[in-house]
Amino acid sequence: MADVVTGRAGATTAETGPVHHRRQPRGRRALRAMSPLLWVGPAIALIGVVVLWPVYVMFKTAFQHFTPNGFYLGPAGWKNFKNLFNEPDLNSVLERTGVWVVVVVGVTMALSLGLAELFNVRFPGRRVARWALIAPWAASVLMTAFIFRWALDPNYGVINIFLHDIGVLKEFGSNQADWLGRPDSAFAWMMVVAIFVSLPFSTYALLAGLQTIPHELYEAARVDGASKWRTYRSITLPLLRPAFLVALLINVINVFNSFPIIWGMTRGGPGYETATTTVFMFQLKQAFIGESAAMSVINFGLVIVVVLVFLKVTRWRDQVT
Amino acid sequence: MSAAVATATASEGAVAQRRRRGRRRLTPRLLIVSVAAYLIGIIFLLPYVEMVITALRPPSELQSRNYVPEHWDWSNFTSIWKTGFGTNLRVSLQIAGGATLLVLIVALPAAYYTARRKFRLRVLFLLLVLATQMFQPAALLVGIQRQFTSYGLSPVTSLILVNAGFNLAFAVWILNAYFSSIPAELEEAAMVDGTSRIGALTRITLPLALPGVVTALIFTFIAAWNEFIVALTLTGDPSKGPLTVAINNYIGQYSVDWGHLFAGSVIATIPVIILFALIEGKVVGGLTAGSIK
Repeated sequence: MADVVTGRAGATTAETGPVHHRRQPRGRRALRAMSPLLWVGPAIALIGVVVLWPVYVMFKTAFQHFTPNGFYLGPAGWKNFKNLFNEPDLNSVLERTGVWVVVVVGVTMALSLGLAELFNVRFPGRRVARWALIAPWAASVLMTAFIFRWALDPNYGVINIFLHDIGVLKEFGSNQADWLGRPDSAFAWMMVVAIFVSLPFSTYALLAGLQTIPHELYEAARVDGASKWRTYRSITLPLLRPAFLVALLINVINVFNSFPIIWGMTRGGPGYETATTTVFMFQLKQAFIGESAAMSVINFGLVIVVVLVFLKVTRWRDQVT
Repeated sequence: MSAAVATATASEGAVAQRRRRGRRRLTPRLLIVSVAAYLIGIIFLLPYVEMVITALRPPSELQSRNYVPEHWDWSNFTSIWKTGFGTNLRVSLQIAGGATLLVLIVALPAAYYTARRKFRLRVLFLLLVLATQMFQPAALLVGIQRQFTSYGLSPVTSLILVNAGFNLAFAVWILNAYFSSIPAELEEAAMVDGTSRIGALTRITLPLALPGVVTALIFTFIAAWNEFIVALTLTGDPSKGPLTVAINNYIGQYSVDWGHLFAGSVIATIPVIILFALIEGKVVGGLTAGSIK
């Protein structure tokens, strides 16, 4: 190691000035060619073993036949996929996943546009107010989901107590109060929780985006007599586009992969009636590993599409070079 | 030294802010904005306030319909240790601590090297990092489960590896940005003065990049601390699992132990929120791959 390090140091002086301009022995040169691997190799190895290899194992599993307790029975061909497409619940799960991602991400982005604008104003105590915003971001999403599950308890949940106090809820313990017992209302509440935990990151990302807009532009607009709304539409929104798109894509990935909210509040039930594809994959995994892997492969395909768009939007080449 | 500089600039900033604030009149518009912002802040905190209140409710008042209990009761926080919560806390510390350490060891050299040198693998490596930043364990769960159960590693070791692997991208990216912003001439000057390359790195560059290092550390720690789906999948016995799995286990088939569930959640959540507040301003840059700073 020490040898390589001195090799590196020698290389620097050779590059910056002709101080030690002596040809290096062949062994040294070989070491120099290897040295990037020494620095970057562990990271590649870790990503390779933990992130990339599971992709391969997952694809392999999707074409294998397993008993419910995990015994390998041989290759399965496309049978896992056929079984998956024959699941009577698959269509509604796919549909629900679409609604889940579109509604949660859409409402989150719309609300965070307003929140970012609000928290960008310089008002006394802004730092403290911004800190309050990060709680749902830092806290475990699972625990946040449990808080809402308790708050929606049909008899003693604080949300129901409040709704009763303002006269919306007629009776405790009634069907109306059992928000998480009915698939539709359970799903709606879970979307509320998902929006709640997604807002902080989106707002912070848009706040960072707002800070990149040069102040002179706003002054120029004011001198030209542009209205507030006009300024927002013609300056803020277009210049906020990069930040908005990146936050949107990261949200799509997070919301699509979100498991703890649904698992914590309803376990995807009753039946599969509040499950998204991620939860469905988990439920299938308990008994049908191959079929679950097939579902994962489809999920992964979707993730890849989003990643490709993400790479395009972040203009990774400009940043890397 | 850099800490002293940081406090100096911070206090300067505070003075400047106060001056600006002094000039600013509290117009009606500003008043409305402030009140709205405070209200929203309170709404964001309310669920966690409810978490603390429920944890402090005496068991008899868990079923009384008042917003705030008549008596406060700390017994959940003492009796929870009898449910084996101490073991879960230790496991969480091992997983999060181990993952953080591993990320540091692996990410520091990689980020430093990619910031300082152009080499053939560089672009490919950064592309790999960026792409995997968007990968989440949930999407690859079946693969992770089959792979790691076949290795025969202990759940804790497996979870250290998984958490380190999936959070490496963030750390590499944010450290790379910090190292790139520190001029190489600083190191070269130190080396002219007789320091070795490693000496220049540890005495010049690392202290200057410290905010980035701290951000990467805290972020990895929190992510590993809060991770649930892989922990649930890889730990067989919940009593030997990390906090998320233990807290999930307070939900029984027929009844829920809300008192202990929320006492545990308070213990697991509050330190993390405070830690996160320390790095709040720097996280976005790392998560968005530097496309917004």
